[in-house]
Amino acid sequence: MSTPIISVRDVHKSYGRGQNRFDALRGVSFDISEGESIAIVGKSGSGKSTLMHILALLDVPGSGTVALEGNDTAQLRGSRLNRTRNKTFGFVFQQFFLTGSNTVLENVVLPMKIAGIGGAERRRRGMAALEQLELADKAKNKAANLSGGQKQRTVIARALVNNPRIIFADEPTGNLDTATGAVVEDILFGLNREHGITLIVVTHDEDLAARCDRRILIRDGRIVEDSRAEVAA
Amino acid sequence: MRTTALIGSAVSNTFRSKTRTILTILAIFVGAFTLTLTSGLGTGINAYLADTVSGVGASDAMTVTKPSEDAATLPGAGSDEPAEYDANAVDTGIPGQSVTAMTSDDIDTVEGVDGVLRVDAQRTITPDYVQFDDGTPYTATVGSLVPGQTTVLAAGAEPDADASELQVAIPVAYVEPLGFSSDDDAVGQTVTLAITDAERTQHTVEATVVGVTEEALASPTGQSILTNEALGDALFDLQSTGLTAEQADRYTSATVWFDPAATDDEIQVLKDNLADEGFTGTTIADQLGIVTTVIDGIVLVLNAFAIIALLAASFGIVNTLYMSVQERTREIGLMKAMGMGSGRVFTLFSLEAAFLGLLGSAIGVGIAMVAGSGISAAAADTLLADLPGLTLIAFDPVSVAAIILLVTGIAFLAGTFPAVRAARADPVESLRYE
Ligand SMILES: Nc1ncnc2c1ncn2[C@@H]1O[C@H](COP(=O)(O)OP(=O)(O)OP(=O)(O)O)[C@@H](O)[C@H]1O
Ligand SMILES: [Mg+2]
Repeated sequence: MSTPIISVRDVHKSYGRGQNRFDALRGVSFDISEGESIAIVGKSGSGKSTLMHILALLDVPGSGTVALEGNDTAQLRGSRLNRTRNKTFGFVFQQFFLTGSNTVLENVVLPMKIAGIGGAERRRRGMAALEQLELADKAKNKAANLSGGQKQRTVIARALVNNPRIIFADEPTGNLDTATGAVVEDILFGLNREHGITLIVVTHDEDLAARCDRRILIRDGRIVEDSRAEVAA
Repeated sequence: MRTTALIGSAVSNTFRSKTRTILTILAIFVGAFTLTLTSGLGTGINAYLADTVSGVGASDAMTVTKPSEDAATLPGAGSDEPAEYDANAVDTGIPGQSVTAMTSDDIDTVEGVDGVLRVDAQRTITPDYVQFDDGTPYTATVGSLVPGQTTVLAAGAEPDADASELQVAIPVAYVEPLGFSSDDDAVGQTVTLAITDAERTQHTVEATVVGVTEEALASPTGQSILTNEALGDALFDLQSTGLTAEQADRYTSATVWFDPAATDDEIQVLKDNLADEGFTGTTIADQLGIVTTVIDGIVLVLNAFAIIALLAASFGIVNTLYMSVQERTREIGLMKAMGMGSGRVFTLFSLEAAFLGLLGSAIGVGIAMVAGSGISAAAADTLLADLPGLTLIAFDPVSVAAIILLVTGIAFLAGTFPAVRAARADPVESLRYE
């Protein structure tokens, strides 16, 4: 078996100190292979988002290690850390986090802008991503004027525009109705299957979790269940 | 993120919240507008003074007079006691101030003072009137230019010092009363000057008008007519008819030339040397010094008000950007999550502030220049009609650029506070659901 793309070892994370100290993660260990789709599930407050932030290198663990392709990420600092995040990860959030007053295209090309890619190239790849998500005709619209499903598709276009290897999705369908949510799920799993992008989904939705290769259940900051789908995709 | 992309983002972000941006820009505008006008006022008036300096005299010359006895014992004019009659006293035209006429001996003494390169004695010529073509005669005083002096001309040229022809330049105010139809019409015509000698006999001299002089603020000749050397000599000779040489050789003052490279200290030494011999030396700088100081003082106070307005505006910038940072917490968090460095986030917000400053100051300076030119034009025709050549509010490119830079700089500095907050934002905190 090849080196896991992400390897988590005995990660602890606590917030506050003294009386107010709260242990959000209490010793989490697991590996993620490239191209996997993983659902992180659990009750509200169980530590799913905290774990995701640590996996995405947005936050550092209190103790324990997170390795990216076998390299300890604790060594990554400053601009190298930023470049790694920019090149490796794509993010999809429940709340979209689009800039409403900017156009759809402007929102989508943001990661490339941060990467320092030139204007023409940004536009070309941005349009290609929107094309892929059937949003090309909305490119010039203000993001605020989109429907929920269109917003989430825009967010997905933004997440994949930089050709990431991992897409993190925190409750990607939480704000969408069932039908629209299903469309967004199809797109995400399509990316996972066709482009081999590793998909890490945080969700409450058991149906969504069931579509993933693997399901990690978290309770009170610990992994209580790590199961692979019986029928491999 | 590339710098060009960063600047582009900063500019477009500025226009995202239009009302707030416009209000902030308005505040900066007021400051920049005021600063431009007040400094323009300083530039205009000082430029006018600088122009007139050459009218007063060359910078390497000083006027030397001999103070009268009582002025020496009671320094500072304005004594209440009656002054004793002094046959040699010459009225300077300034009440309470008189100087003693200088004789040829005095001129020789001045010439001998250390540091004096050359001395030009100024004679007093008092003609009775000037007249054109049997028209109405008008009283006139006579002045002459010493080498290095210039005057502001409305038409024609300055009298040629070396010409043997009798030449005269008349003030603008004399053109119409004398009977000329225009300034240009006067040039080339012949006028008659009358002068009375010591024996009460009136003589007349014909002279060619070569120029028409503008009335300038600090002109030494004021409303007097300007003669060349030849005409001056002719008038003086007529005036001195019947006087002994000793009686005729009376001078109000002398112009002393010194090394053009002399430092202020060297000039002071020269003045002290002259004072030891009983003479008073006054340079152009001395004559204009107080005026310039007063104007600089006024402009400084006005500028201070403008700066206060700018400081108030900079609080506006701080406020605007803090609100903006607050509103865009999510966006900042997202950009940082996507790998935008803190330094770039800081730059982005600082640039937004600088751009606000640039916009406000450019508009402020632009409108101030238009308004200033309008005010100058209006003032020149009404309030300041008596001071031709004065542009009340003038703009020089350097100070205009300096104002824009200053305001943009202040805005940038004000922007650093919110920019630091934005740069410090923790992506995880920013992206947390409400
Ligand atoms: N900055 C913080 N300070 C204090 N406690 C925090 C902080 N962030 C998270 N927590 C706590 O850590 C626990 C885990 O939070 P987390 O956001 O990971 O939960 P979650 O599993 O994602 O829940 P949900 O499904 O509601 O999103 C929660 O009890 C939360 O209150
Ligand atoms: Mg969560």
